Amino acid sequence: MNETLGTLLIIAFVILGVLHVAPGLIWLERRLLALWQDRYGPNRVGPFGLFQVLADAIKMFFKEDWIPPFADKATFILAPCIINVTALTAFAVIPFAPGWSVVDMSVGLLFFLAMSSLGVYSVTLAGWASNNKYSLLGGLRASAQMLGYEVFMGLSLMGVVLMSGTFNLAKIVEAQQNTIWYCVPQFLGMMLFLIAGIAETHRLPFDLPEAEAELIAGFHSEYSSMKFGMFFIGEYIGITLISCLMTVLYFGGWDGPTFGISEGLALKLVQFGWFAAKTFVFLCLFILLRASFCRPRYDQLIAFGWKIMLPLSLANLLITGAALLALE
Amino acid sequence: MTIAFYVASAVALFATLMVVTRRNPVHAVLYLMVSLLAVAVVFFTLGAHFAAALEVIIYAGAIIVLFVFMIMLLNIGPPPSTRQESLLLTPGIWVGPSALSVLLAGLFLYVILAGGRSVQAGSYVDAKTVGISMFEIYFLGVELASMILLAGLVGAYHLGKRDLPDEAEGGNG
Repeated sequence: MNETLGTLLIIAFVILGVLHVAPGLIWLERRLLALWQDRYGPNRVGPFGLFQVLADAIKMFFKEDWIPPFADKATFILAPCIINVTALTAFAVIPFAPGWSVVDMSVGLLFFLAMSSLGVYSVTLAGWASNNKYSLLGGLRASAQMLGYEVFMGLSLMGVVLMSGTFNLAKIVEAQQNTIWYCVPQFLGMMLFLIAGIAETHRLPFDLPEAEAELIAGFHSEYSSMKFGMFFIGEYIGITLISCLMTVLYFGGWDGPTFGISEGLALKLVQFGWFAAKTFVFLCLFILLRASFCRPRYDQLIAFGWKIMLPLSLANLLITGAALLALE
Repeated sequence: MTIAFYVASAVALFATLMVVTRRNPVHAVLYLMVSLLAVAVVFFTLGAHFAAALEVIIYAGAIIVLFVFMIMLLNIGPPPSTRQESLLLTPGIWVGPSALSVLLAGLFLYVILAGGRSVQAGSYVDAKTVGISMFEIYFLGVELASMILLAGLVGAYHLGKRDLPDEAEGGNG
């Protein structure tokens, strides 16, 4: 009974937490981008412009929710739901602190990969259901890009699995506590995963599916009101998810100095604090990437994935395996 | 877990039935995806967590996406008429497959009734066990399968190869 209650608490915490982090990120992104581009950004509404997000949310809810008559209605409505459901479900396996995860799954890492590969449907179906040439092109681009980058995303993670000997995310963190954060021995794997993560969330510089200069807004051209908002929020949930995984897989998760606190809730909170702080750094990195890179051409993007990243991730797997065998 | 098993099986059967009866190809493919997800749940309830995860990653998450991709690329809508399908509904065509299916169903029933009541395995299979059995017991099968896949890859490369410059004259390359 107590255990069930604890799990329910964590679920509520995850859903509420993540759904609040996402709009917060929109504000953070606009302020940080402005900072790096020597502007102010939104700073009028409320303290530091924080209520701007609230104003935007109200605006979005009260816009007309328009479904084009030529669209495939059921699929059109289904598409924005998928991205949110898969991204939020993937949070179930993230260990925020020792014992603080919704499920302690033995194939946790594979569960994340499964959810992220199902996320492709959202963008693809949105592009198809809109029945609009630009959306269709955006959907096609998205499915080719996400399929290609998913392949080496999985392969790049296998280095971590080899070193820790498990797919369980909590055990991967514990393995790092006992040895060394995997960002050092798995540096190549980490870079590959980060690049794959950006492409999976189709963020700049890999936002070809919605390239507004060529495709208007790509797969979500026809979406309005909160259906568009769902895509928007889903993208930020995806970024948060990838940042959490970077922390868990390569930067020791909740590992960090505990300031002499050794037990109880206080220890858990300190450990969660470390987790949140590390995740925050990666969230800022995502925003910095948007501020500093330009978009590649589409064929360059696909060739880069298949011809450079895939062989590199295979090499990483080979070298890690060989080194582990040699050290045994 | 037993309830989850039966619910997932029912969903898989229903979704598969919907796959063959939908006229819109994208809807059919989406039902196929649901069917594969339900099969993954069946695997999970039987203790094969690793197989369940791979089922979702590879089948539902990659292969069906390629199906959707191709349907989008070729822009296939619902067929204008079902004349071709209605030809398949003449009774004569059904005799052979029905006889074979009845034979299979009889065999299946015999195996269940003779081999004991429990059809569920229930024991937990982890990734390590799967890896060991794949690369020790079924090593030859795995290697053969990988060679068939390689043949497919080479064939796809050959079909997708661009024409040589001197052959491409008259076309746009």
